[in-house]
Amino acid sequence: MSAVTEILPSKVDPSRLRDSQRALTIAVAGNPNTGKTSLFNALTGLRQKVANYPGVTVESKVGQWSLAPALPPARVIDLPGLYSLDATSLDEQIARDVLLGRASKLAEPDVVIVTVDATNLIRNLYLATQLIETGLPMVVALTMFDLAERSGLRINVQKLSDALDVPVVPVIAKRRHGIDDLGRAVVSAATAGLRQKPAWCFSIPAENKLSVRSDLNSESWQELLTARYRWIENVVKESAEDQDAQHPNTSERIDAFVTHKFVGPLILFLVMLVIFQTIFSWANLPMNLIDHVFSALGNGLRAHFPAGILTDLLVDGIIAGVGGVLIFLPQILLLFFFITLLEDSGYMARAAFLIDRLMRAVGLHGKAFVPLLSSFACAVPGIMATRTIESPKDRVATIMIAPFMSCSARLPVYTLMIAAFFSGQKVLGFISLGAVMILGMYLLGIGVAIIVAWILKHTILNAPSPPFVMELPPYRLPSFGNVAHTLLARVGVFLKRAGTVIMAISILLWVLVTFPRSSVNTINDHMTQVENSYAGQAGRLIEPVIAPLGFDWKIGIALISSFAARETVISTLSIVYNVGGDSGAQSTSLVAALRNARRANGSRVWTPLVALSLMVFFVLACQCMSTVAIVRRETNSWRWPLFMVSYMLVLAYVASLITYQGGHLLGFS
Amino acid sequence: MTLDKTPLGSAARIVSVAGSDIVALRLMEMGMVPGAPVRVIKSAPLGDPIQVCVRDYHLALRRNEARAITVIVCE
Repeated sequence: MSAVTEILPSKVDPSRLRDSQRALTIAVAGNPNTGKTSLFNALTGLRQKVANYPGVTVESKVGQWSLAPALPPARVIDLPGLYSLDATSLDEQIARDVLLGRASKLAEPDVVIVTVDATNLIRNLYLATQLIETGLPMVVALTMFDLAERSGLRINVQKLSDALDVPVVPVIAKRRHGIDDLGRAVVSAATAGLRQKPAWCFSIPAENKLSVRSDLNSESWQELLTARYRWIENVVKESAEDQDAQHPNTSERIDAFVTHKFVGPLILFLVMLVIFQTIFSWANLPMNLIDHVFSALGNGLRAHFPAGILTDLLVDGIIAGVGGVLIFLPQILLLFFFITLLEDSGYMARAAFLIDRLMRAVGLHGKAFVPLLSSFACAVPGIMATRTIESPKDRVATIMIAPFMSCSARLPVYTLMIAAFFSGQKVLGFISLGAVMILGMYLLGIGVAIIVAWILKHTILNAPSPPFVMELPPYRLPSFGNVAHTLLARVGVFLKRAGTVIMAISILLWVLVTFPRSSVNTINDHMTQVENSYAGQAGRLIEPVIAPLGFDWKIGIALISSFAARETVISTLSIVYNVGGDSGAQSTSLVAALRNARRANGSRVWTPLVALSLMVFFVLACQCMSTVAIVRRETNSWRWPLFMVSYMLVLAYVASLITYQGGHLLGFS
Repeated sequence: MTLDKTPLGSAARIVSVAGSDIVALRLMEMGMVPGAPVRVIKSAPLGDPIQVCVRDYHLALRRNEARAITVIVCE
């Protein structure tokens, strides 16, 4: 309380004071890698959520900050990092639009906190001075202050603040130093309202901010830009003193290995290997645990609830469906854990640096590496990560190939097929055939992605090679708190999806398999029931089309349902084959059910070749509603998602056809 | 001399950034304005892109972009 009254200026405009009783909106802006997110986490703690910017439907983080006891908690928006208000990438455009109040349905922020990395003052102040010129109430948060001091840089904060004409508050986010001061400065800035433009304005006033490029001829923007940097250099010279000009550069020494000609690629390979090894083997333990919990839950419900259609819906529909998806939580968490670690440590930029030349061979950008790597967990965050790619055509090309990266939802399909038809077999006597096949599926996806990217970039997405200018941020120890925050947010998003989309699909599917009711409803007649159900009718409708791939109508049902989400294929097969049905004694495991399934003529439905054909289909087909929805959002049209689904479906069909028919010709079955 | 030809490790200063397109704007926003100190550290394993140190921070750019930057080596 006292803190607030203290900082209120003596002659306060009453309307502003009343104003300060409403919740403030505070935007946190700054260059990428300047501790913006750490600061955001320090301000809001766990009171944050991932939301979308209104209108643009781009993910943003919004949190609550209890500025002062007397005030309602402020709404804090964590903006994507940007280098300048003359935005080039989509991420930067979003940040700029929110800052300047151009984002639809989102008011201009009451106060902007600009993070300025104390170890990289000059470049950070470029954006800061641009923002100060807008006249918005502003506070500069001087981040990495401890690192700067340790490297021998002495910054006179008062001098810097005087020169910039805005309050400057040094903060050390992870130790929460300076947070209270920052809060006071923010309340004070909000109370004071819009500022006078500083005496040192470099931009042409008002509406120029949109495009320096189009409004000015080349001569004058270069002059203005250079003049701004000159001015900043002077300010920094006056207010900061480097006492240890020759301090050794730790990042450069690490880079001596990490981006080394030979060692660098080797490290990259090892890092990827560790990540995939972890996801595919260490994740098994928690996954089995989740599996057991859901089985126990289903059995428990069956034991305590009267047998009937509601219990069936609950156990076969909801619990089997949602449980089958929640199983992936450990894998997804692990993958996000690694990606966050790589990003926060600064390694991700190095990987893009190492890989850029290769990516360019197919016409893409080194920055496409991160989205594609993320897509191995899930194409949805991968596609969202393409926002850092400046060229729109490159971005679309990257989005179009992202779903070829075998995501974690395909793994259970591979796993099931291998367990049923290829288990226990060895290649060269000691390598498990299953491992080789999974590797093959990943390589197939990558190979097709490369070809498709090359074709797209040389036809409909043909554009000159875009500029590759990327900061290699200093290596930093990732903070446990930040990683935990990211993971928590991811869990939230995933659980929400499992609880809504996946549950809805599970229920729908159960309904489609259960109705219309056949008159007989004993276990032996389960197949009759499925065959006559809506789903069965649909499966038989497409059977002529999929028969050349080796699939019967039951696999057809699984295929149809898998277009909602790949992972539902397992639960669909379980429902179709009535695995874990209401008689415990008679239920067979899914693997056994697949092995024993017969066609009308007595031949086996599933052979190793059918399994392989199905795996190939799953590698290449875009069977994921979430991916379609996110592509629709990110490209802002139905054209691209429809194109993606169609061409991937054609590819999957052809590849599957070649696999099955070619396999037959070669004498496999 | 242009930045893509600058010998590794030698300290240089930027003289000019060519062009008025997005690349030049982006390079200059990132601090590569005339007079700024710059040093080429290394090239990536396949020869491109290159890693440079400008204003005490590190930047990766392709040789194609580096060609737009004229520097003078100060020794």
